[in-house]
Amino acid sequence: MFTQYKYWKPYISPFDPCPPIKVKVYATPPQLYMGFQPPGLPQFPTPQEALRAGTLWPQLFSPYPPPKGGMKSE
Amino acid sequence: MWYYEKKLQYPVKVSTCNPMLARYLVEQYGGADGELAAALRYMNQRYTIPDKVVGLLTDIATEEFSHLEMIATMIYKLTKDATPEMLKEAGLGDHYVNHDKALFYENASGVPFTATYIQAKGDPIADLYEDIAAEEKARATYQWIIDLSDDTDLNDSLKFLREREVVHSQRFREAVEILKDDRNQKKIF
Repeated sequence: MFTQYKYWKPYISPFDPCPPIKVKVYATPPQLYMGFQPPGLPQFPTPQEALRAGTLWPQLFSPYPPPKGGMKSE
Repeated sequence: MWYYEKKLQYPVKVSTCNPMLARYLVEQYGGADGELAAALRYMNQRYTIPDKVVGLLTDIATEEFSHLEMIATMIYKLTKDATPEMLKEAGLGDHYVNHDKALFYENASGVPFTATYIQAKGDPIADLYEDIAAEEKARATYQWIIDLSDDTDLNDSLKFLREREVVHSQRFREAVEILKDDRNQKKIF
């Protein structure tokens, strides 16, 4: 399944001075996969939604922050 | 030449009085991966890149200037009513001594903008790959600023700007595809 964020678990030492961040996350937004944009991609229904998203095409939209809290905890 | 529309590309609203955020936002104003560096880089590379992608560089450089204008608006709003004491607390005491509340092209640590942030190698692929890298770095910078900011209205504008980096990266990647393509050339087998 395609996700815009990838998660990984860094090594945690028993001697680490700070409480560990167990899962780290990095962004892999859509432009990494699209190649040449195919013609006729579906667009947002209204100009307002497109402006808010920053792009005409939902398939090029990249949400931030990552869905599940991400890097800050857990 | 350019025509100017006296409005921002996307609305900018700042809902909290937090001059500290201005200090972080300056990274996108005069930092190595900021909007000024991006605009100047693309504007300058246009002359020596194949004509097929000149228009793209013009369009994106122009949009970067409109982003620069948005960032400037955010910084101005966050600092215009701050007292010198508040600026000092926000880590902007050094800035105040040198610039009062004027904006200046410098990064978040106060290092002034320099042309060494950008490159024009003259090789179209090298230049476009630098442009793609610049867009990804600017996208990441927006992510880290959003992480540090709890101003939801400001973050709304920052998320728009981050998405534009995604779209620009996509377009530069397509430019590379155009220059790689040999469809229009005679093939002799």
